[in-house]
Amino acid sequence: MLGRLSFADIPLDVPILVGTFIGVAIAGIAVLGLITYFGKWGYLWKEWLTSVDHKRLAVMYVVVALLALVRGFADAIMMRTQLALAYAGNPGYLPPHHYDQIFSAHGTIMIFFMAMAFMTALFNFVVPLQIGARDVAFPFLNNLSFWMTAVAFALINVSLFIGEFSQCGWLAYPPLSENQFSPGVGVDYYIWAVQISGVGTLLTGVNFFVTIVKMRAPGMTWMKIPVFTWTAFCASVLIMIAFPVLTVAIALLGLDRYFGMHFFTNDGGGNQMLYLSLIWTWGHPEVYILVIPAFGVFSEVVPAFSQKPIFGYATMVYATCAIMVLSFVVWVHHFFTMGAGADVNAFFGIATMIISIPTGVKLFNWLFTMYKGRVEFHATMYWAVGFMVTFTIGGMTGVMMAIPAADFVLHNSLFLIAHFHNVIIGGVYFGYICGMNFWFPKVFGFKLNETWGKRAFWCWFVGFYFAFVPLYVLGFEGMTRRLNHYSNPAWHPWLLIAEIGAVMILFGIVCQVTQLYVSIRDMNLAENRDVTGDPWNGRSLEWSTSSPPPPYNFAIVPHVHEFDAFMHDKENGIDTRQAGGPYQPIHMPKNTAAGFLVGAFSFVLGFAAIWYIWWLAAIALVGVFATVIARSANQDVDYYIPAEEVARIENEHSRKLMAQAAE
Amino acid sequence: MKNKYLKGAARLAGLASVLPLAGCEWDILDPKGPVGDQLKTLIVESTVAMLIVVVPTIIMACYFAWKYRQTNTEAEYLPKWCHSNKIEAAIWGIPTLIIIYLAVITYQTCHSLDPYRPLDAEATTKPLEVEVVALDWKWLFIYPDEGIATVNQLAIPVNKPVHFVITSDAVMNSFFIPRLGSMIYAMAGMQTQLHLMATEAGDYLGESANYSGRGFSDMEFRTLAMPQDQYAAWVEKVRSSSDQLDDQTYPRLAAPSEAEPVKYYSHVEPNLFDQIVAKYNNGMVMDKSTGKMIHVQSAMSDMNMKE
Repeated sequence: MLGRLSFADIPLDVPILVGTFIGVAIAGIAVLGLITYFGKWGYLWKEWLTSVDHKRLAVMYVVVALLALVRGFADAIMMRTQLALAYAGNPGYLPPHHYDQIFSAHGTIMIFFMAMAFMTALFNFVVPLQIGARDVAFPFLNNLSFWMTAVAFALINVSLFIGEFSQCGWLAYPPLSENQFSPGVGVDYYIWAVQISGVGTLLTGVNFFVTIVKMRAPGMTWMKIPVFTWTAFCASVLIMIAFPVLTVAIALLGLDRYFGMHFFTNDGGGNQMLYLSLIWTWGHPEVYILVIPAFGVFSEVVPAFSQKPIFGYATMVYATCAIMVLSFVVWVHHFFTMGAGADVNAFFGIATMIISIPTGVKLFNWLFTMYKGRVEFHATMYWAVGFMVTFTIGGMTGVMMAIPAADFVLHNSLFLIAHFHNVIIGGVYFGYICGMNFWFPKVFGFKLNETWGKRAFWCWFVGFYFAFVPLYVLGFEGMTRRLNHYSNPAWHPWLLIAEIGAVMILFGIVCQVTQLYVSIRDMNLAENRDVTGDPWNGRSLEWSTSSPPPPYNFAIVPHVHEFDAFMHDKENGIDTRQAGGPYQPIHMPKNTAAGFLVGAFSFVLGFAAIWYIWWLAAIALVGVFATVIARSANQDVDYYIPAEEVARIENEHSRKLMAQAAE
Repeated sequence: MKNKYLKGAARLAGLASVLPLAGCEWDILDPKGPVGDQLKTLIVESTVAMLIVVVPTIIMACYFAWKYRQTNTEAEYLPKWCHSNKIEAAIWGIPTLIIIYLAVITYQTCHSLDPYRPLDAEATTKPLEVEVVALDWKWLFIYPDEGIATVNQLAIPVNKPVHFVITSDAVMNSFFIPRLGSMIYAMAGMQTQLHLMATEAGDYLGESANYSGRGFSDMEFRTLAMPQDQYAAWVEKVRSSSDQLDDQTYPRLAAPSEAEPVKYYSHVEPNLFDQIVAKYNNGMVMDKSTGKMIHVQSAMSDMNMKE
């Protein structure tokens, strides 16, 4: 009846997990209780969970991303603490069975549910507003994408309390991840979580590709598109090409595990290196999917806070596109050590290095954007300058590892760990947090607290160096990744320093939470409110509408004359909003529960398949298809906002603008 | 206040980027053999080449941000300036030159440091042959010419090149002795090769550089590089062991075990390594000299795998 699920699968013997469960349960009951107490269930369901509004979906994505950050960071600091303890015969406090799950979950969660969710949040919020569109091309798919990501994240967290998670690392290399070596449910949790979220990501890629190609405001030709949207476009292309490869690779691994096939097994003609090749065909573009939008954020933030247009816009676009193409011809650099020939390794090594040229060009473009500008040291700008310093070092260590011969001693060492955290924290994370600080007032109508923002930055920035410079050193000392304990006393002091770094980063996260709390508490103070919708003297169209934007974004679709469209209009006295109308009724998509239902059924399908509860899996699968068919047959999917309502909202905003101008 | 922070950040970043160069006592940067020596030179040279761009970039990031800060109204402000062909040429050109230099040394070292390429010393000295099998979770070393085998201890004579042929009879691992140089994957049903040499006697850490499951952390071995006469004595010591490795004892050794102590085998069934490779390939194994697939006569043909 319950497949292989039994009471023994609840890890009551692991105090850390029982404690975590109690904590999560109390917090969950408190949140649910508060929603009930304030009678907000209907509001939550109608206005948020079923919403197809890209702005609301963006907020929900950020919520998922921040939850994933907390979970992923908890894993990280547990690992650092284990390694600070476990030397010279001391086993530490995490046995391998638990520790191996933690590092596997850390990587999986940080990439798929922290970084990807945060990136999608930025896409969702910024892209339609920047191109002067009223929503994305497929609003329902957008909602569905969100739910696929959210339920996949839920599924991974269920593995904490029911069964176990994968112990095969974040990419689940076979043959270790095959039934022969990993017979438990851990790898199956991994497979289903990655597959379900992968569907969501693929749909996001399609959605934003179509949105950017088809829905730009009149006059916005390709070379007038804001740089962030360009990066979203390139990342969407990468998603559309790369994610199907991930889906296939994981599906083949699933066929091996569920149906006893032999794609990647040791025997029966399987070949593990085929999996490595497939997974990195996705995996390498994936890191560019994450970092290119971060580059986009800096390309918006640095001009805004240097009060100058971006230096070398065309170069910036070409460099981004070059990175997009090149990211597909470098994947073998993840396994130079498999014993391929010298020429194969040389090709992929040199291709990898070539990527550093356009990447370096982008960096110089930001530098020369600050050059002869008026750089305002806003908290947002701290993240940008911190990125430029940190990412440069990460890029250099990346090129070092791109030399195949050097990789023969650095591969899989802690040097590698330091390198990719150097680019993912210093590039991706700094970028997304920079973007969050930058666009927050646009989302909510009030600014984030700057003092706490700067404190968060300094904790993260200094903490990063304390946490990861020792790992570079340890790489040179021959320490490999994923060790649970070690006997070399020379490694211990460096791991203690890294632990101090992790604690500093913890303070950084505490500062960020405090920043949110303080900002919400003080949201009504005059200096924090964003009345005009343009708090930073912005350059692109999202700053031309109110903060938060009305449901339809733009009452009258703006006409774009130049790159930096809004700045051009401001300088030439053009009213981008065309306030006063005449207004037309606006065609809008209706909210729908279909995305939530497909997500919920997918969650049940994944859970049932993990535990071999086949009858439940069948019901869930029928549920997914029935919901999709019902949704497809539904003709009642849109409505009109009457012109009078549009006029009322717009005139209200105009009145505020005038009151502000009069002050 | 802010500039103080920024200067501090610049100093920290500069320090971070040169730190790896300073540590001459670290394993990778204090190699004990010719492969490691060349790798060290390569790492140092490429790092210096990149620092030509990296250091100015970091300095510029901090200097520009500081010089053109909003409060410094004396600095020049060009609110419309956003293009310069000269700067564009420099920012594309200089990194391109450095990458061309790195590409050349990459191509050269891919060939000169190809793990499959015999060392220069092998022109005059016949290499010691060692067959390596990664098991769950220990390393088996077979000395085919001596007819002996060991677990978790690798003895090699100093100044004699060693030719490793490597496979796995479990999951993927990576065979790595940081003090000697390159690593290479160990994969079931496949054979990889590696040429290393120790020029200094010592006891060096050997490890798996690819995570392989529960017992991975204890999958260490000691590499004992010793003068030829001591090595001969060591071989005799192994030969005096009462244990033998054959189709009876091998499956017991291959079964998963953690933190396995050092073991000596005075006799190894000939062809054991080929049989381990061949059992994943319908009894076929690639002949290393001709590259052709040949059939292995196997006493272990009925030694079926778990699946």
